[in-house]
This record gives sequence, structure tokens and C-alpha cells, in this order.
Amino acid sequence: MSNKYSAVRTSLRTAAIMIVFTVAFTAVMAFTYDATRPAIEASVQEEQMRLINEVLPPDSYDNDLLADAITVAGEQALGPDDVKRVWRARKAGTPVALILEAAAGNGYAGRIAFIVALRPDGTVIGVRVTNHKETPGLGDYIDPKKDRNKKKPWITQFEGVSWSQVDNAKWALRKDGGTFDYHTGATISARAMTGAIARAVAFGVERADALFAADAGNKL
Amino acid sequence: MNMQTFRESAFNGLWKQNPGLAQLLGLCPILAISTNTVNAVSLGLATILVMSLANLAVASLRNFIPYEIRIPVFILIIAALVTVVDLAFNAWLHKLYLVLGIFIPLIVTNCIVLARVEAFAAKNDALSSTIDGLLMGFGLLWVLALLGAIRELIGTGTLFSGIEMIFPDASPLVILGNDYPGFLITILPPGAFFALGCLIAMYNTINTRLAARARLKPAVTVSTDSATPEASPAAG
Repeated sequence: MSNKYSAVRTSLRTAAIMIVFTVAFTAVMAFTYDATRPAIEASVQEEQMRLINEVLPPDSYDNDLLADAITVAGEQALGPDDVKRVWRARKAGTPVALILEAAAGNGYAGRIAFIVALRPDGTVIGVRVTNHKETPGLGDYIDPKKDRNKKKPWITQFEGVSWSQVDNAKWALRKDGGTFDYHTGATISARAMTGAIARAVAFGVERADALFAADAGNKL
Repeated sequence: MNMQTFRESAFNGLWKQNPGLAQLLGLCPILAISTNTVNAVSLGLATILVMSLANLAVASLRNFIPYEIRIPVFILIIAALVTVVDLAFNAWLHKLYLVLGIFIPLIVTNCIVLARVEAFAAKNDALSSTIDGLLMGFGLLWVLALLGAIRELIGTGTLFSGIEMIFPDASPLVILGNDYPGFLITILPPGAFFALGCLIAMYNTINTRLAARARLKPAVTVSTDSATPEASPAAG
């Protein structure tokens, strides 16, 4: 701008223009946010459902699983984060499975989040890693999508294992005197996962009745 | 925009001022996302989208943007557009969003977007600016794709792993066999620097050869004065 305006006028004028731009582009963002919100919420639900379907066959329950959820706060057994969700699967009113959100805080690269589906009698139906930062090509075999062994990914060895059938001390890697396999050279990720799964399963077994009985949407 | 300027824009974007090899203005996403081909190409496409939109928006509004606050306004425009693209991907291309997730917001910090807005869109009309954004984006895309393919091939022996996130029926190509042990360092950040360094070295070699050939030609034909201005080798 030229010198014909004083400094004060220049700054006021420029600030006004800046505000106009800010308002205009904030409006663009707000409009997009509004327009995309329903689709985003639907995708988030779909994504949760897809993960749950991986650990629990969809025909094994008949309730609205996503709605039948409770939250558990400050439970160390489920990992370092405060609030965890627990979904309850029922068929004709009878409890079929618990799906627990949990995390291992001691992965090679921090936190590993996963979900585990559990029968009321303590049998593990399935485990899936939902978020992790383990080394690509080394520790990331805990995620079956990254596991080279496509026929029998590492994580599937927990399927069908029952809490009562395996001794507490044996919920560990073979290397540590337990029953579970691991890949040589990447023990830390597997050890963290095995420990965290054991803690989550123990929690699920111990609190199964309370977890199933709580009203949907409640905090436990 | 006529054919001549289009050709110039295309040559600049795809080769001479290539954002990935010559201007080196997009290092943060280039190094972070090029661990495999699918991620690299996806981020390249998202960047093309943002660059064209940003160039279009700035070129259309350039007469209303006072010179002294142009940088804040540019950043505001770019950030708003990235937010829009981020939300749109999340809503309508959710699978791709899960792959690119944290990298889309990083486009805001990709200097190449601001650089093109400042260097080109602020001085040119909307159409040529949009085309410039597209072509610069394509320049980044092919470097990203090549880098992603090299790193993925050497690192894991496959190509297009993760393609099933985008096309559920497609499956990755296993190039080096199922028992390929992998070469971890190419997937890790240092590998990105090595691979990009090799690409830039090749790019500079080709440029030097081309320049040498351009110098030779007039000498052979003994022309009166050199017709073409010498292409300067790209600054690293």
C-alpha cells in the first residue's frame, strides 16, 4: 500500500481485510464440517463394526452391538489410557461375548491399542491390533495385515485359548517360560501384547457379570 | 494460456523445477510417506488436489490481497483448503483416509504449496495458476511414486502393498519372492534419505549430460550464435 495512508489507518484497513478473509474461509471450513459430519460419523461406526466383525462373527449375536456399549475408566488392567469402551454381544438376551478395548503401554515404540473378544467363560475369540507404531517389517507382525504368515498370523494363536485352561504364569512368551510363540529378533512387541492380552482377559473374566449387567451407555 | 506457456509450465513442474528433486520443498511428507507405493501415490494425489485448489483460490483473489499481509492470507487459504480436503477424504474416501490420516494435515506444512502460491499464483491468472499447481503436483507425484516403489521393493520385496485398502479386490505384487528377507533400513527414515539422495544424483547426472550435449550441438553445426540459453544444472 502507498504512503497516502497513515500507519494507523493502514493497519486498521489491513486488519479489516484480514478479518474478512478469516471470516470467509472459516465459513468455508464450517460449511464443509457440517456437510461431512454425517458421513464421517457413519464411517467411524462402520470402521468400528469392521474391526469387531474381525474378532467376532456377525451371526453369533443379534443385539445392536455398537449401541450396547459401556465405558470403563481408570482401569490399569486395560492399559495406560483412562477411558476404554466395552461392547456386549448378546443373542436372544443371553450374553455371548465381551469386546474389550485395551492397550499395551510397553511396546517397542510406545502404545499398542487392540480389541479382544471374550466369551463369558473366559475363552478368547479373537484379538486385533487397532493402532500401533512398532517397527515396520520387524515388530509389526502383531498386526495380521502386516504379518508375513498370512495363513496363520501370529495374533491368531490366542484364538480359542481359555483363561482357566492356561496357568496364569504361562500367559507369556516361550522365551519367558510361557506358552506363546514369538518371532526371533522382535520379542518386545510380542511380549507387550501377550502381557496386555493376559491382563485384559483376566479383567474380563473377573468382572464379566458386572460388565454384562451394566446399563448401556453407563460408566463402570 | 497458450501452448508455449503450457509447455514451459509442464517442463518446469515435471523436470526442471521438480518439487521433489530440484526445489526439494516437500521433504517432510516425501520422506515420511514414501515407505510404500500406495501411500506415496495417494499423498501425491492429495497434494495435487491441494496445490491446484490453493493456486486457483489465490490467483482468483490475488487482487484483493494486500501485499503486506499476503503470507498470512496465503497460509489461511491453504490451511482452510487442507481442512476441507481432510474432511472430504474422511467422509467420502474413508479407506484412503485411514492410510493417509495424519499426513493430510501435513500438506499445510509442505513448503511447495506456499512456494507455488507465492511464486506463481500471486502473479498469474486463475487458469494458468491452476495448471501450474496441477503440473507441480504431478512433478511431486512421480518422484513420490518412484521413491515409494524403490523403497518398498528393496525393503519388503513387494509392490503396491496396502492396495486392498483402496481397491478391495486387488492384491499386492510379490516381486522378490515370499522368502525375501527384507532390507529394513530402506523402510526406516534413513533409507528415505539414501534413496532420495540417489534419485537426486541421477537427476543431476542427467541434467549435466543434457547440458553438455546442448553445448556440443552448436559447435558441430558451427552455428553463428548459440540458439538455446544454456539450462543451468539444478541447485541441490
